[in-house]
Amino acid sequence: MTVLALPAFVSGRRLPNLWDAAAILCVLALLILVAHAAHGTLAPLPKGDTITLDPRWLPYYALRTTLRMFVALIFSTIFTLIFAPLAAKSRRLGMIMIPALDILQSVPILGFLSFTVLFFLNLFPGRVIGAELAAIFAIFTSQAWNMTFSFYQSLTTVPRDLDEATRSFRLSTWQRFWRLEVPFAMPGLVFNTMLSMSGGWFFVVASEAVTVGNTTFLLPGIGSYVSVALRASDLHAVFYAILAMLAVILIYDQLLFRPLVAWSSKFRFEMTSGGDAPDPWVLSALRRTRLLQILGEWIGDTATAIGGLRLRLPLAVQPRQGAAPSRLVDGIWFAFIAILVAFSLWRIATFVAASITLGQFGHVVLLGFCTLLRVAAALVIVTAVWVPIGVWIGLRPRWARVIQPIAQFLAAFPANLLFPIVVIVLVRYALNPNIWLMPLMIVGTQWYVLFNVVAGASAFPGDLKEASANLGVKGLLWWRKVIIPGILPYYITGALTASGAAWNSAIVAEVASWGKTTLTAVGLGSYIADATTDGNTAGIVLGVCVMTGFVLVINRLLWRPLHAYAVRRTTF
Amino acid sequence: MDQIARTEASTLVSIQNCRQSYPKDASSDVIILDDVQLSLREGEIVGLLGRSGSGKSTLLRIVSGLLKPTAGDVRWRGQPITGPVKGVSMVFQSFALFPWLTVEENVALGLEAQGVPRGERTTRAEEAIDLIGLGGYENAYPKEMSGGMRQRVGLARALVVHPDLLLMDEPFSALDVLTAETLRTDLIDLWSEKRLPVKSILMVTHNIEEAVLMCDRILVFSSNPGRVASELTVPFAHPRERLDPDFRQMVDDIYALMTRRPVEHHKPLGVDKGAPAAPPPVQPLPVVGTNLMAGLMETIEGEPYNGLADLPALANAFQMEADELLPIGEALQMLGFAEFDEGDIKLTDAGKRFVEADTDDRKAEFAAALRAHVPIITQIRQVLDERWNHRAPALRFRDELEDHMSPDYADATMRTVIAWGRYAELFSYDREADQFSLDDDQDDED
Repeated sequence: MTVLALPAFVSGRRLPNLWDAAAILCVLALLILVAHAAHGTLAPLPKGDTITLDPRWLPYYALRTTLRMFVALIFSTIFTLIFAPLAAKSRRLGMIMIPALDILQSVPILGFLSFTVLFFLNLFPGRVIGAELAAIFAIFTSQAWNMTFSFYQSLTTVPRDLDEATRSFRLSTWQRFWRLEVPFAMPGLVFNTMLSMSGGWFFVVASEAVTVGNTTFLLPGIGSYVSVALRASDLHAVFYAILAMLAVILIYDQLLFRPLVAWSSKFRFEMTSGGDAPDPWVLSALRRTRLLQILGEWIGDTATAIGGLRLRLPLAVQPRQGAAPSRLVDGIWFAFIAILVAFSLWRIATFVAASITLGQFGHVVLLGFCTLLRVAAALVIVTAVWVPIGVWIGLRPRWARVIQPIAQFLAAFPANLLFPIVVIVLVRYALNPNIWLMPLMIVGTQWYVLFNVVAGASAFPGDLKEASANLGVKGLLWWRKVIIPGILPYYITGALTASGAAWNSAIVAEVASWGKTTLTAVGLGSYIADATTDGNTAGIVLGVCVMTGFVLVINRLLWRPLHAYAVRRTTF
Repeated sequence: MDQIARTEASTLVSIQNCRQSYPKDASSDVIILDDVQLSLREGEIVGLLGRSGSGKSTLLRIVSGLLKPTAGDVRWRGQPITGPVKGVSMVFQSFALFPWLTVEENVALGLEAQGVPRGERTTRAEEAIDLIGLGGYENAYPKEMSGGMRQRVGLARALVVHPDLLLMDEPFSALDVLTAETLRTDLIDLWSEKRLPVKSILMVTHNIEEAVLMCDRILVFSSNPGRVASELTVPFAHPRERLDPDFRQMVDDIYALMTRRPVEHHKPLGVDKGAPAAPPPVQPLPVVGTNLMAGLMETIEGEPYNGLADLPALANAFQMEADELLPIGEALQMLGFAEFDEGDIKLTDAGKRFVEADTDDRKAEFAAALRAHVPIITQIRQVLDERWNHRAPALRFRDELEDHMSPDYADATMRTVIAWGRYAELFSYDREADQFSLDDDQDDED
């Protein structure tokens, strides 16, 4: 099980420092710039392909959606393989790149969807490729930061003896990269890719149908299909879409991720054997089929040969001691950063002066607290429901084996496809959207809590179970002193993942529509969604920035310390 | 002996005035290696023997070119060393195998780095694998193998490039006693039969018998800072017999060498080479638990030693290596419970009192010893007594330690301070808050 692997954002540095401040300013300015560039093109958009609600078209739409996913995954991987080594090996680049990544992880790009769509449409006027690229970019932003961070962390924690071995055998930079660094990073990279995948599905569905002002642009795909079905109040079509998505994710999961995870466990850096899960059927099939095996070996050999090339790259391995960094270059670099920060400050200042009043800002922060309340309440409910169930399942290995893959699978399902069903219920019974839209935010992410708690309870040491039974520890005391501390690190990992994703989904979850009816909950998510519909640039930027702020503060001040505490206190 | 004839042969490594320090701040450095000379000729096995912290592993890394010394002249075949040297390969204590490569791929890695074509790579890797007794394991992954087999892979990987010099960093210390012995004899057999494709071996060890068993020359290091305290030539021919009286005598002599009181202490030894710097007010403490100390004292006091024990005999009885036994003895010596004397260890009166006391009195004895001999513990207690709330952050004491030693040592010393202080009930320590405090009952003591 890879459950103890962490989403990349928990394991970073804890307290914000000067570099964070610089990075925040630069990222903010970047957001404003993108918004500004896109704003000029708020012209009527070309009408895309029309979407039919005929279920026979669904496989085609599903294929288009999946393709986008794959292309984005390839881009994310390339980005990761280039960006992370740069940040890890160049001290100067690392200074600014790492805090920037850390912050980009917390930006709800979903709120910026309309701008990125416009930006890419503008690059390829009148062609579908622009919208396609925009959708792919949206998925990319949900995957890349996370993967890059994970790779970066692996690069900086390469075991010292292996590092010395590669150096004393005089491997070239290129050989070292493919023989040591990439393999060492592989398990974390695969796990984080899987984690970003569910976010990716969420984004791909949201990014296919984008409404800006009065124009709606539709790309052929499941997301567009659902949004058309919603406007047409076609319940059957919604169900078909959900079924299609379930099928797609099942195939994706079985064909790609199960084999990938099993394969990557080979790279896990531990010298103990055993505990390996049986090979998933796809991998066994691959290994048994002669033709595929030959093909696989050919690919493997080619990759090995390429990795073995004695290329010397300019990125020299940093000497552990010795040559002091050049002061002059440092000086130039710091000056460059200072200029960048000053420019960002100026951009932010002009933007704020032109379009935001203090009252507005206060209002948006207040809305942020509304959403915070909703996320917190949702987490409490999820905890109350799934912790007891998860513990119950986890202590029964036979159940755990069945439930675990199901929970992981459900976590990958894009929750926004389920929204229509909730909306129908809400409309039907005239429920208060301020309260009842809340479950939407957590509907997709609750599974993280479940499968982490199950994993924690399964891993609970047998001798401690026996000791507590022997001492007659029961009831509340057992929960308080035995099992809750025992699963705490696992639970926190699940909860923080769920909370992070809940913020992102707030943008979609606080506004829901069914036919002509639109339900809105008061909160930051609906504020951003409304601003998007109205084409209100300043509103979107303000909303996204405030939300980024909330996510950053909560991660830094709550989740990271909590996680560190849980690990410190409950493990030997 | 043909060894003597070969000493005239060409010099592989020569090191002059080597110094390795690690900058603490602008004014003070923590010195790891000080004024080390070494010259290594073809055809010999040289051992660097010393306690952990004596800088011998650092010296090995300097020879390999992995580390650049702060000062000094380091040459390989007369040329200054600037980076990892071709012709030198290394065997690691932790094996340093790549878990995702098979045995053969691990072994062939060094050849791949040299750009040896694939066919030749396979042939040579298989040769090395067969030589080292791993035939049949070519396609196994390291995690499927036992520790001894893994270290054989490490050896094959180092030998496959036919290095002139083989460096070994405590190669057998992660293995159990029997496995380690098999590997040692296999290696020495190959060496004596001249089947190893190397010209010389330089090995780091903290195991005295291992050094006497394998090496032609032994450099004994002293700690803090690391220096070559003495150099010994081992006159025995291979294969050597551990039970041979001359062998035993040499082991005894080395124990005596290694337990000599550090020069900085008490006696003004101006005669020793190079005037030592002023003794540091804060000394690193060994990571030794109170149970180990009590256990050793009880053993020495009991039968058959009756208060005076021969160190090699003690080490054998406990299956301990010098590196494990000596820190305990040294801790006892530091606290005034025991004394080293030419390869023996003897309990003092305080030590005898400790052994005879019950739990509470033992704690009192221990507390008194700490107060008398460990300034930093006295200082912590003093600060706590003076503060109105009897609390003090541990950070300031950590900082003070780090002024005098590397962070690793400061950390180890801090752990020992906490463990000893807790046992003696001199103070409590809260890890979450990282602070020392006095409990109520500790408060009104003296």
